[in-house]
Amino acid sequence: MTNQELIAKLKAIVSPYIQDEEAFKNLSEDTDFVKDLKINSANLVDIILDIEDEFDIRLENEDMEKMLDVKSAMAIVNTKLAG
Amino acid sequence: MTVSKIITLLPYQKPFLFVDGINTISEEGITGHYTFQKNETFYEGHFKNNPITPGVILTECMAQIGLVCLGIYLLKDELNSENLPKIALTAHQMDFYLPVFPEEKVTVISEKKVFRFNKLKCKVKMFNEKGELVAKGLISGMMKA
Repeated sequence: MTNQELIAKLKAIVSPYIQDEEAFKNLSEDTDFVKDLKINSANLVDIILDIEDEFDIRLENEDMEKMLDVKSAMAIVNTKLAG
Repeated sequence: MTVSKIITLLPYQKPFLFVDGINTISEEGITGHYTFQKNETFYEGHFKNNPITPGVILTECMAQIGLVCLGIYLLKDELNSENLPKIALTAHQMDFYLPVFPEEKVTVISEKKVFRFNKLKCKVKMFNEKGELVAKGLISGMMKA
């Protein structure tokens, strides 16, 4: 999967939970889930669960703590898919 | 963890405590009850000369029993009287079917859907004393020790 494909998948996953439309339109690797997209903590958990389903992976507490922006989400998904 | 211990760990008190007792509890769900007293503060205003329990209060009762009591049970090893649970309601979707009047006893049945990364989401139903469905819906909250 290319980075572009991965970003597109992540963008589809986060879309139901975002509060800032403008930041979502301009979503890039540097987009922060909380600061930019204004996602609340409960919806951040929903995103984690949706990522697990989409990629058929299992995420742990330490992954959750690291998953603050698009870049770190991509890194975690890539690591899990490789492992 | 005993039922009375769970109730003492609830972060509420009168006039905003809507749990009288717990009938059954497990890792998967909870059944509890509450009887609305004649003199609950909100009956003065909801409605004028026509006291009916507000839907938000029914939702609160369902959240206190269905989510918070269950959450305390799930976090049991990490909680004590010095370390009360930190909680926040994050979402609910509720449908209401029947009114609840003063002095009615309601039973709340909650089934755990998800408890991961401190988010607890439950399918919750409320029944009146005749066993009729009063309300049902989904409630989510964040819950940690």
